[in-house]
Amino acid sequence: MISFILNNKIIHTLTNPATPLLDFIRYESNLKGTKIGCREGDCGACTILVGEIINDKLSYRSVTSCLFPLANAVGKHIVTIEGINREGALNPIQEAMSNQNATQCGFCTVGFVMSLTGYALNKKGHEKEEAIASIDGNICRCTGYKSIEKAAGDIVNHCNAFAEGSKIERAIACGAVPAYFQGIEDTLKELTNTKEDIEANGWTIGGGTDLYVQKHDELLDVKNEFISQQLVHEPIKITDSGIELDGRCTVTQFVNEPLIMEHFPCVKGLGVLVSSTPIRNMATLAGNLVNASPIGDMSILFLALNASIELTSAQGIRSVSLSQFYQGYKKLDKTKEEILTKILIPKRATLGSVNFEKVSKRTWLDIASVNSAFWIELDGNNIKEARISAGGVGPTPAILTQTSTFLKGKNISSQTISEACEMAQNEVSPISDARGTVEYKKLLLSQLIKAHFLELFGIV
Amino acid sequence: MISNIDTYSHVRGESIYLDDIPLQVGTLFAKVFDSTVAHAHIKHLDISKAKNYPGVRAVIIHSDITGENQIGGIIPDEPLLAENMVDFIGMPIAIVVAENEHIAKKALKLIEIEYEPLPIIVDPREAHRQGKYLSTPRHFNLGDTEIAWSNCAHIFEGKAESGGQEHLYIETQGAYAVPGENGFIKVYSSTQGPTAVQKTVSRVLGKPMHQVEVDTTRLGGGFGGKEDQASTWGAMCAVAAHITKSPVKYSLDRMEDMRMTGKRHPYSSDYKIGLDKDLNIIAYEAQYYQNGGAAADLSPAILERTLFHATNTYNIPNVKTSAYPCKTNLPPNTAFRGFGGPQGMFVIETAIVQAAEALGIEPHVIQHKNLLKTGDEFPYGQKVVSEAIECWTEAETQFNFQEKIKSIEAFNNKNQLIKKGYAIMPICFGISFTKTMLNQARSLVHVYTDGSVLITTGAVEMGQGVNTKMVQVAAKTLGIDESFVKINSTNTFRIANTSPTAASATADLNGKAVEIACNKIKERLLISAAEDLGVSESDIAFVKNEIYINGEKSKLSWKDLIFSTYAKRVSLSEHAHYTPPDIHFDTNTEKGHPFAYHVFGTSIFEITLDCIRGRYTVDSAQVIHDAGQTMNEKIDLGQCEGALVQGMGWMTMEELIYDKEGRLRSNALSTYKVPDIYSVPKDLDIRFLKTEKTNLAILQSKAVGEPPLMYGIGAYFAIRNAIKAFNPKALVPFDAPATHEKILLALYGKYGEI
Ligand SMILES: Cc1cc2nc3c(=O)[nH]c(=O)nc-3n(C[C@H](O)[C@H](O)[C@H](O)COP(=O)(O)OP(=O)(O)OC[C@H]3O[C@@H](n4cnc5c(N)ncnc54)[C@H](O)[C@@H]3O)c2cc1C
Ligand code: FES
Ligand code: FES
Repeated sequence: MISFILNNKIIHTLTNPATPLLDFIRYESNLKGTKIGCREGDCGACTILVGEIINDKLSYRSVTSCLFPLANAVGKHIVTIEGINREGALNPIQEAMSNQNATQCGFCTVGFVMSLTGYALNKKGHEKEEAIASIDGNICRCTGYKSIEKAAGDIVNHCNAFAEGSKIERAIACGAVPAYFQGIEDTLKELTNTKEDIEANGWTIGGGTDLYVQKHDELLDVKNEFISQQLVHEPIKITDSGIELDGRCTVTQFVNEPLIMEHFPCVKGLGVLVSSTPIRNMATLAGNLVNASPIGDMSILFLALNASIELTSAQGIRSVSLSQFYQGYKKLDKTKEEILTKILIPKRATLGSVNFEKVSKRTWLDIASVNSAFWIELDGNNIKEARISAGGVGPTPAILTQTSTFLKGKNISSQTISEACEMAQNEVSPISDARGTVEYKKLLLSQLIKAHFLELFGIV
Repeated sequence: MISNIDTYSHVRGESIYLDDIPLQVGTLFAKVFDSTVAHAHIKHLDISKAKNYPGVRAVIIHSDITGENQIGGIIPDEPLLAENMVDFIGMPIAIVVAENEHIAKKALKLIEIEYEPLPIIVDPREAHRQGKYLSTPRHFNLGDTEIAWSNCAHIFEGKAESGGQEHLYIETQGAYAVPGENGFIKVYSSTQGPTAVQKTVSRVLGKPMHQVEVDTTRLGGGFGGKEDQASTWGAMCAVAAHITKSPVKYSLDRMEDMRMTGKRHPYSSDYKIGLDKDLNIIAYEAQYYQNGGAAADLSPAILERTLFHATNTYNIPNVKTSAYPCKTNLPPNTAFRGFGGPQGMFVIETAIVQAAEALGIEPHVIQHKNLLKTGDEFPYGQKVVSEAIECWTEAETQFNFQEKIKSIEAFNNKNQLIKKGYAIMPICFGISFTKTMLNQARSLVHVYTDGSVLITTGAVEMGQGVNTKMVQVAAKTLGIDESFVKINSTNTFRIANTSPTAASATADLNGKAVEIACNKIKERLLISAAEDLGVSESDIAFVKNEIYINGEKSKLSWKDLIFSTYAKRVSLSEHAHYTPPDIHFDTNTEKGHPFAYHVFGTSIFEITLDCIRGRYTVDSAQVIHDAGQTMNEKIDLGQCEGALVQGMGWMTMEELIYDKEGRLRSNALSTYKVPDIYSVPKDLDIRFLKTEKTNLAILQSKAVGEPPLMYGIGAYFAIRNAIKAFNPKALVPFDAPATHEKILLALYGKYGEI
């Protein structure tokens, strides 16, 4: 039995836990405001909000319901457009969209309204950029976005006037969500969920943002293990040997960690280049590493940081260096049962500088054609040690070992850079696909290596 | 001025689209089994396992079709279900009908098929070499290019490629068919052409059209993709409903939609342009190889519009153009906003840019010099009524074009690794269906005894705001508030023989029909009011729900008048028909007056290119657009902004990649990228030029659906301009879209250097 709150109603359901929440909402609950545009997380038409108690406080995030397993709704507050509509009137977010003519065919509109409601519930600063960022996962084919941008501006101005109380109180006060949100925290705390012990023979499901795209149908026929039914409360820990991340930490949690920002400022830029707000709100770090896509952004970053991972199963716990983890295209040093529980960034990594580069067909909300991370520790103008990782240029995300070794001891100069670029060409074997031809990917790799130096040292 | 009448329900998620229609008990779900090879004989097909799978109610193949297995609209060359041949990947072969979609999908996997492969053609030039056409090639001529070449001071030749474009309406295609009594069937369809669906269903079922009701409330986007190609799914559901005697629904998933439906036509073209010493373009020749896909669909009409727009907004006295509808093994390509016009315009712009680069001048010098003037002649014989120079001049002055060029130059001199580029893109687009027959529309208007008004037209609402405009026309004509008027769904039983919602002409045609119907009712109401008030009709006016006598409010309100007229047993309903005057075209001579009027405009693009990474941002797109006298600025501005961005997408990031096997490799939203919120111009400044010349547009408000799409072509040339600023020697093939890949390869001379 899965129990949660849907808008202002408590739900207990025996529906297949692998069902995408989208289908439960539309076809079992008959809430048709949430739309289907792609079922692969790429359009945002199905965006809803998920509220849950983390460290004793209720907080909300936007997710694409097409990739969100019903099982993960357990103990949460699921909010669809029907849960924020007012009787006979528009709320200020809807009003702004309406005033700015930010809807044409209307099919994308609810997704935008929900993402902007997510903004109102999470608002940190006073800038318009924050509201725009909240809709970075919503595609509109009709408007050209300008009217939506204007509506977002109006919403920011409106919300800025409400500064009192908790985030949820502010969102209620400004009219973004109805008053019943006030009582949700208590109701959620009372909602008890007994976790059933199922004999899982299917998949380990984290955020589901890869699995639901790849195995949409198959997931329904097996019993899966849902390991991300709650957001982790303590995603990061400092230990003697470095930084320890919980595998279930979401990309959003990761990029917002002050400690990560402090040591690796490039993560801020990386954060906006990885998928979109609702996807980052679900996607886990472990999922990215285990999915083993040759262009996984997290894999690329952690490779350059020389991270290792901890794998846990009934047989025990073992640690593997990430670069050894990848053995071939989607071949891992991992048994089916093993769960990636931790990611360890060695202390040494914090002593150097890091840069991350990614170019894709569309700059935002897209998978890389080629991505690369660069970690470097200097000794004066000389390179003490460096590590370049690159994705999209081979069967697995990988470290360019020869190039990295070559850099050791060299000084930072245009010549070093161009030699490194040349060397890198010889240790990659990209293939032509929808994200680019071999020729392009090779050229792009060189350019990204140059970009690393340009960003960190202002030299190409 | 009212906003789109659907706004309220849109922002609340209460608008109803196809997939939201409440289903009847017993509804079944269809899924298509489609070809995985692009060209083959079907050697063997075995559906028995799928048929016996629990929960499957039928597996339908071509021989089960009771009528004609044919859905071709213009030319009957497209079966609904493949018979013994498949012609493209995604071609429907069988329909599985099951109790739910999950079962249907499982059953699909149980169908066994063997193919005997045939040669595959994906390149239109290859099809041309083999003489494989979908219809007859077309040729337009003006003046004599042969003579003109000898008078040219400069002649340039080249090749231009423009890629296809996926419509990516966020609502995928779909239909829901419900059988009724005595063989009647009702089809809910997400279509731009309810009549096309009705006709197709009638054909495949072998039933007269009066047995087939098609109803469309609205679409979650169409863009041309649901003009002809919505009929397929309507027909499939109808066939399935007919066979299973149950309601059947099919709402495509995104990958099915991308795989099985046609797109904007890719074009490969050759051109030759000749200028005199003063930079007048005096001769232009072009050959267009249209990649039509495996069946004609709307390709012949699209091909024709390419020829109509071959010279864009320029006056060229000697023109010779030929267009070849090439038959390839891709899904049949179809209408897409612009309808072949953009492809033609890309080629002439390419020719101008090539000439300018070779002559060492800015393209805008040639563009400006050759803009159309009123009285010039289009290659198809129509005389021009031009706003081209007005739009250009306003754009230059309002957006400080000369200043902009200077500041871009200064920026480029200062920066080595970042370059700016710019381009001007003027447009001219003809309004009307080029098939003269289609230029007709009807409306049905009822006034109820409480004074409320219900209108129905043949127009389909797909976000473009046509319903809002229809309500405006009715309210304005009757002198009542818009809230008194409701517009009904588009339905083939209320309005018969509709033309599709296309060609940007829908608001004009249907709006005039509404205007006529309302005026007829108004005439009767005037007589009635004159009787009631004891004054003459000419003294009466209807204003804001009240009846005025010589400017004074009378005791009679709109509501009173309606009831009193009803009581006199006078009809309060009207059905009206409209067709625009003067439109004709003779395909034997390829001359005539095919367009009611033309829409003009000028856009200026500025972009910034990161020459290290090969990616760019669009800094601004500034436009002066000839809107005539817009009747709804909010809606028209939305259309312009959306179209411009869509055009930009086509020219920059949207890349349809077919491999040699005819397989679409960018087959999902994860690989086919349309503009997101960060991709659009930072500054998008569209200003309407109120142009005064009389035209045939509804309330003088010029059509706005398609023309602004072509502004987007400017983005391509602005990017090219920036590449050249970084590497003046770079060879940059005229090959749109300008993807990040092509940009980087060009920046670093990978296509060669001059
Ligand atoms: C629209 C969209 C855009 C995207 N954009 C990007 C992008 O820009 N960059 C990028 O790198 N990725 C992108 N992704 C991919 C995806 O979001 C990430 O790879 C994400 O981190 C996967 O995490 P998850 O928790 O959702 O994985 P899931 O889908 O839950 O799982 C992925 C795989 O990992 C396994 N797994 C999950 N957790 C564990 C665990 N703890 N232990 C063992 N195995 C586990 C699963 O069994 C499965 O095999 C995108 C996805 C979508 C839908
Ligand atoms: S349906 Fe497109 S993101 Fe969910
Ligand atoms: S309004 Fe149509 S997709 Fe956004």
